[in-house]
Amino acid sequence: MTFALFLLRKALGAAVILIAIAALNFFLLRLAPGDPAQVMAGEAGAGDAVFLQQLRERFGLDRSLAEQFWLYIKGMLSLDLGFSYRQQRPVLDLILERLPATLLLTGTALIISLAAGVTLGVVAARRVGRASDSAIMTGSLVFYAMPLFWLAIIAQIVFSKYLGWLPNVGYESMGAGYTGARRTLDIGWHLIMPATTLGLFFTAVYARMMRSSMIEVSRFDYVKTAYAKGLTPGAVVRHHMVPNAILPVVTLAGLQAGQLVGGSLLVETVFAWPGIGRLLFDALLQRDYQVLLGVFFTCSAMVILFNILTDLMYRFVDPRIEAVS
Amino acid sequence: MNSFLRTFARNRGAVIGLCILVAVVAIAILAPLLYPGSPWRMVHRPFLAPFVLDRAPLGSDTVGRDILAGLVHGSRVSLLIGLVSTLVALLVGVPLGAISGYFGGWVDAALMRVTEFFQTIPSFALAIVIVSILQPSVGSIVLAIAIVSWPPVARLVRGEVLSVRTRDYVQAAIVTGQPVHKVILTEVLPNVVSPVIVLASLMTATAILLESSLSFLGLGDPNVMSWGYMVGSGRSRVLDQWWISFIPGTAIFVTVLALNLIGEGLNDAFNPSLRGRRT
Repeated sequence: MTFALFLLRKALGAAVILIAIAALNFFLLRLAPGDPAQVMAGEAGAGDAVFLQQLRERFGLDRSLAEQFWLYIKGMLSLDLGFSYRQQRPVLDLILERLPATLLLTGTALIISLAAGVTLGVVAARRVGRASDSAIMTGSLVFYAMPLFWLAIIAQIVFSKYLGWLPNVGYESMGAGYTGARRTLDIGWHLIMPATTLGLFFTAVYARMMRSSMIEVSRFDYVKTAYAKGLTPGAVVRHHMVPNAILPVVTLAGLQAGQLVGGSLLVETVFAWPGIGRLLFDALLQRDYQVLLGVFFTCSAMVILFNILTDLMYRFVDPRIEAVS
Repeated sequence: MNSFLRTFARNRGAVIGLCILVAVVAIAILAPLLYPGSPWRMVHRPFLAPFVLDRAPLGSDTVGRDILAGLVHGSRVSLLIGLVSTLVALLVGVPLGAISGYFGGWVDAALMRVTEFFQTIPSFALAIVIVSILQPSVGSIVLAIAIVSWPPVARLVRGEVLSVRTRDYVQAAIVTGQPVHKVILTEVLPNVVSPVIVLASLMTATAILLESSLSFLGLGDPNVMSWGYMVGSGRSRVLDQWWISFIPGTAIFVTVLALNLIGEGLNDAFNPSLRGRRT
């Protein structure tokens, strides 16, 4: 299959799923008790009569369900995610404003967890049964079971309050007015704690996966051959085992994209990180359903995009995939 | 069965996990006896540190509720929601997976597309949307967690059924003219029970984490005390009175860890040949 065809198929699949999610959104909104216009405006009494009338017209709430559905999907396809009465702004604007912070956080957490998880998994697999292996496995068991929001709170207490190493909350120093490189450094400084907290859970997952994958790979003949031709253990691990053992980890990273995005919602809330998670939390407090569903839609879109990226990465790491499919 | 128990008992982590879980279950059952009355009552002065007052061994929270009482009552919600939502997810996932794997063809293709769709949606975000739209209650939380957690069950059961279906004894049952539902129920499904039990124990752990995350965001049932709510309610004072959030978080962590350890022990006991290879 050629690359263009592959991309086209992925894009089509993504479009179908996005439309299905828009349809899900539509029905979820109708599940809410009460007048849909009131629900969309927020808590009862949140919108004035004019706004409610606008909502009814925009979504055709006085027409048949089928017509309403069509209007809704049409709106979503033109990226009209609705209007937040609470914030007096289109939902899309609110989300686009917050999206970079979330992408920065989840991206960094993903890189941290893949790098740390793969390294720890390799270390553990080379020392199966010994102290360092048990330590890594126990550690991953512990971080796997920790509630993310609790870990975030502990990190705040330890690294901000008692050690004073890292800033407690936020995206950058308030009122410092940094620009250029200083500002980048400042944001990076604020990013360390949220990204590490979010990444620890996934580090635990990837370390376990990488360890068992390395053990699996070590039984193959090509590894014996590599040893037999006199390569050092380090070279065998680097050039023959890791490139093969990493494949299931990449698959897993793709499957867990949703969890990464979900975890970011919690971490952002604790660290007051100005991403879509924080936006979602505020929307929850105000029962601002349009924003809520907009964030949900965006999260789903992020997961789909992420899955496509993993597929691309997979093809890159393992060229055989192309030959098979 | 004996060798199963022996393998399980030899796994130190699994035994520790089981002991912890038994203790938590006992506390949950005995909660009304241990702490009669509502855990919402404000019985102390606020921000009492742990181990200061004998009447409040773990201190009090931001409005003077007893933290230990909250902990004891909160265990009921965590366990209840964890168990019930896992059961509901099994009730959806097992039949769908069995039908998909047994019949194959377009039925399988259609069901698996639906499963994949639900697996693509970020589960925590969907759970948030469902609970907040249906209004937070034990019922809506159970529903939301079940909706986001059935796909792995369906996929697992489908895979197992696919391989079991071709075995001779199943073919024999089909040839002797037994009705389809009977073949599935008596010949196929009993052979998929063990991996499903392992998955269920891990799912319960995930469900408890999900419930606590939801109530941390303020989406818990407002009528019942829960561990996630307790962590969330202490969050505004976390830098000064850290124990208000820390203690209930520890309870969640320990319970989830116990369930994961049990799941791993069960897995090793069911598949002795695979020991240490699972992730």
